[in-house]
Amino acid sequence: MAVIRDVMASFELLQPASIADAQKLLQQHGEDAWVMAGGMDTFDWLKDRIRKPKVVVDLSGIEELKGIRTSSDGIEIGATTTLTEVVKHPVIREKYSLLVEAAEVVASPQIRNQGTIGGNVSQDARCWYYRAGWPCYRAGGNICYADTPTGRNREHAILHAERCVAVNPSDSAPALIALDAKFVLRTPRGERIVDAEDYFIGPDIDITRLHILKPGDLLTAIRIPSAWAGSRFYFEKIRDRNVWDFPLLNVASAMQVSGTTIDRIRIAVNGAAARPLRLRAVEDAVRGKPATAATGEMAGKLAVQGAIPLQFNAYKIPLMRNLVKRAIGGVEEARWAS
Amino acid sequence: MSTSDNERQYGPQYKLIGKNYVTADLYAKVTGKSKYAEDFRAEGMLFCKLLLSPVPHGRVKRIDASEALAMPGVRAILTADDLPAPADTVTDNGTVIKASKWGERGLTMEPVYQGEPILAVAAVDELTAAEAVERIHIDFERLPFVVDPLDTLRPGGPNPRTDGNVWVTPPGGQPAVQELKWTDADFAETKYGRLPMGKTPDEWSYGDLDAGFKNAALVLDETFVTPDVSHQTLETRSAMAYWQNGKVYLHSGTQSTAQTRTAIARWLNMDADKIVFISEYTGGGFGSKVTGGVSMIIAALLSKKVNAPVMMRISREEETFIGRARPGFQGRMKVGFSKEGRILALDMFVISDNGPYDAQGDAPTSGHMVSLLYQPQAMRWRGVTALTNTPPRSAQSSPGGLQGITITEPIIAKAARKLGVDQVAIRYINCPEGKAPYGPPVQGKLQHATSAFLKDALQRGAEQFKWQERIARSPKRMGSKVRGVGVALSCYVGGTIGFDGLLVITPEGRIQFQSGIGNLGTESVIDVHRAGAEVLGVPWEKCDVVWGDTSKHFPYTCVSGGSQTTHAMTRAAYAVAMDAKQKLQEIAAKSLGGNPEDYEVANERVFRKGSGSGITFAQAAQRAIELGGKYDGHEAPADVNKMTKASIAALAGQGLVAAARDNYPRDGNTHSYVASFAEIEVDVETGKYYIVDFLAYADVGTVIHPRALGGQVLGRSILGIGHAIGQKWVFDPHYGEMVSKRFYQNRPPTILDVPVDMQWGALDIPDPETPVGARGIGEPPVGGACASILNALSDALGDEIFQRAPVNADTILTSLEAGRPMQHPLMAHI
Repeated sequence: MAVIRDVMASFELLQPASIADAQKLLQQHGEDAWVMAGGMDTFDWLKDRIRKPKVVVDLSGIEELKGIRTSSDGIEIGATTTLTEVVKHPVIREKYSLLVEAAEVVASPQIRNQGTIGGNVSQDARCWYYRAGWPCYRAGGNICYADTPTGRNREHAILHAERCVAVNPSDSAPALIALDAKFVLRTPRGERIVDAEDYFIGPDIDITRLHILKPGDLLTAIRIPSAWAGSRFYFEKIRDRNVWDFPLLNVASAMQVSGTTIDRIRIAVNGAAARPLRLRAVEDAVRGKPATAATGEMAGKLAVQGAIPLQFNAYKIPLMRNLVKRAIGGVEEARWAS
Repeated sequence: MSTSDNERQYGPQYKLIGKNYVTADLYAKVTGKSKYAEDFRAEGMLFCKLLLSPVPHGRVKRIDASEALAMPGVRAILTADDLPAPADTVTDNGTVIKASKWGERGLTMEPVYQGEPILAVAAVDELTAAEAVERIHIDFERLPFVVDPLDTLRPGGPNPRTDGNVWVTPPGGQPAVQELKWTDADFAETKYGRLPMGKTPDEWSYGDLDAGFKNAALVLDETFVTPDVSHQTLETRSAMAYWQNGKVYLHSGTQSTAQTRTAIARWLNMDADKIVFISEYTGGGFGSKVTGGVSMIIAALLSKKVNAPVMMRISREEETFIGRARPGFQGRMKVGFSKEGRILALDMFVISDNGPYDAQGDAPTSGHMVSLLYQPQAMRWRGVTALTNTPPRSAQSSPGGLQGITITEPIIAKAARKLGVDQVAIRYINCPEGKAPYGPPVQGKLQHATSAFLKDALQRGAEQFKWQERIARSPKRMGSKVRGVGVALSCYVGGTIGFDGLLVITPEGRIQFQSGIGNLGTESVIDVHRAGAEVLGVPWEKCDVVWGDTSKHFPYTCVSGGSQTTHAMTRAAYAVAMDAKQKLQEIAAKSLGGNPEDYEVANERVFRKGSGSGITFAQAAQRAIELGGKYDGHEAPADVNKMTKASIAALAGQGLVAAARDNYPRDGNTHSYVASFAEIEVDVETGKYYIVDFLAYADVGTVIHPRALGGQVLGRSILGIGHAIGQKWVFDPHYGEMVSKRFYQNRPPTILDVPVDMQWGALDIPDPETPVGARGIGEPPVGGACASILNALSDALGDEIFQRAPVNADTILTSLEAGRPMQHPLMAHI
């Protein structure tokens, strides 16, 4: 059978108006259903005819999934709130600016206008073999094409690779982990709340998914507690182009300091492994230490312990080391007169 | 747009030349009313989709389309067996160029790259056509394939075509595919990260190379790899076709309206007068649509087969495969410098990755451009145009020029640092000037340029960029950020001669210019006629430009490739305006007495010098129709091309018909030049860098339309910058498949990757060898822009970081970490 790309196959489009209706539809159609939020990840798969679901459940008409609600304990962001809405929200800008910094460098303005926060954390891997429909481990096959002697793997994993070397491409995910966000799930068995870092899984758990959602499950909201509001934040994304590019690597941290001493810190990186990595060893090592370049150096070295480069991605090791260093010790601003 | 666009007054002696104005196509473009090929619809129109080869090289053994053809709504399948035999080409001087047996035909039974179209399906809609494609079964016999030129040149390496791996052009003959293998001894160089230099089919030299190296104070020998870069035009090469009364009507994008009809005639092996080609707007070409693309005949032939209009919309992925790309080079260059930095000897060796089809001129052109641009006292050029099983290449803005400049410039930058010579100064002493000589030698003699004022452009550019201030600034490093500045020279061919102009002065008194130029976004389709209007002294409001449809009768026009249009067609516009002027004077003399030379042309009138008695253009046009003969197009000049003669005959009787061939002399070959300047800021902890400032200063002769010129200078600079900052192909050589197929994966530059206030300037010194003084500009900025970024990077980071373009965080970080270049020095497509 010949292969053709770039022509979307036909499917039945279902547009529920409530979470309950969406759940009913998902239960009814089981594995035949595809859940779509902003469509930014979905349309690639559908246009390439690599995924051919019988039905697409479009969440964009469900009002309960939209909008940002604030309370004294923090903030709740509906899963289909667009990244642009997140970036523009005054309370997020004031108290949780880490998320603003991360969300405003996702892709391009057009994609942020359409793409949702739920979609950004739930998007699939961007390994170019996998996305082009090669029958790899992640696609249910029994080979990783990126991890061969001729594999082209500049953008792939340096940590926790297990057969598959794809990485999680989300920019908002490490920021949400650093903010200790909780993800609210609606499953056939009821509501379930998980820590942000537990939403993501590596190939050791399931090689075909980057997150814990199973058929029938929905991510409905993301809650950010006030515990880290107004902390010292650091976010940096390194990409090839200045717009419309996935991260080669990114880092997000939230830090609370007394004087110069680090009291509490949460730090995560993405683009290094199949899931965004919370760097617990770094958090433990720097707690109680001064937030200086020297501590940062130490943290950076610790962060990349155990990293194994592939043929074309060795740069990710110094990059991750330096990004972690900067998250803790800061970066010296350069200001030339002209 | 740069501020210099508003501040500078070009062409003070002119009314139209050098002035900004609104082109007639602009409102349609910005309001979305312009119709591109894909926007047309015809009654009963079918859609077609392509089946692309899954293998990089193979033979189709069997096609089973029975299941597809049985589907409701599927109308027909077109395979290579339905294509007409390729026709020979007859050039203007009657030379017959035999159709190449290795040529690309649009569909094939022996695919030579993964993604090559095998067949097309016509159906009532695209979804049906796509589903039909999926139900077609093809058995392939797999054949050896290769994606890296070095791998095919190795002893025992696979051949990309069954009969060879390199293009060889015998003297005076046509290119042929032959086999070339180098020796293990040649490949020993790879151990040291240097390009092996085995025997090459092509070579030329001049001067005493050995003496040059012997006398040199510094000799550098460097290997450098340049990227393969897709053209990525925003409008893909979609085409729509239908047949009526034995004629085929074809809509598609092109760079060159008049000459695309000729190309279609060759591809379809039928007479040009049975072809109507419509292309009012084209969404970018950059060399990939010089005469459209051979794929457009698929729509035409399917339409004939099913007797219904057929629309073929080319998707982005298909465009990546069939949409053309620049050949990447693996190059090596040895340069000997005097202590002042003058280039005494230059030995250049290049391998051009040609893809599987027609021989591209990039390799030989790279030697020509390097010779002209740096004026080495002695030079040798050797080159291989190697075939690979990768998508077909074509000219891309500055073909061969970009690659040659990108290989040479970092060596000059390194030499300046080693010799302690300023970067602007070292370029100044090697800069071409006046009727500058260049290789290859023809019959033992070097060729020469019509003119070169690049030294002036370099100096003025350095002043405007505040070069001295920037290099004196300290510190270069603050925190993790390092600044670097770079300058580069650039040149390319800037014009051809010998084409025709055609215009009609209507009985309403309007001047109607017939424009066979493509509307490819450069505005030359309209701009060049301002030179004709200037000669006639008519206000632009009284002029109309007819373009975009060959049934509207165009003169013999150059293709818009190689930056020739502004030069070639302002000459033709000047010639035809002079013919119109002469005819106006003759008509006035016939009507009012006296001799033609007693009359002058101004204020839309032709009148007796002094007295003022005369007739209007409208009256003269009416009189031309009455006089007939040569005045209203019933007779054509003997020396114009047959395409022009047919158009004159078709326009006869509509008014005063003026037509003329550009017979103006020219001493030398026309080139344009640019000096490019860039400042970058690198973060050495992340490898990320930003372009802080950029300036391109152009020597393009007389400025015709400043705003369009600025658009070209900066737009093409961005194209060049893309090669420095990230655009490339990535292939998995084991499978022979491109993994960077998508826009976001092969990373063309965006507007946010360049400074918001990019600057440009132009000398506005007329070229002495053309009546209007104008030269072309499309290609010249490209190589300089790319090289100025690379030179700024090595200024910031040192010479031991990169040996190939593009340069990204990965290269910078791993090399800084190791203290030496760490990327593979030779491997293609990584």
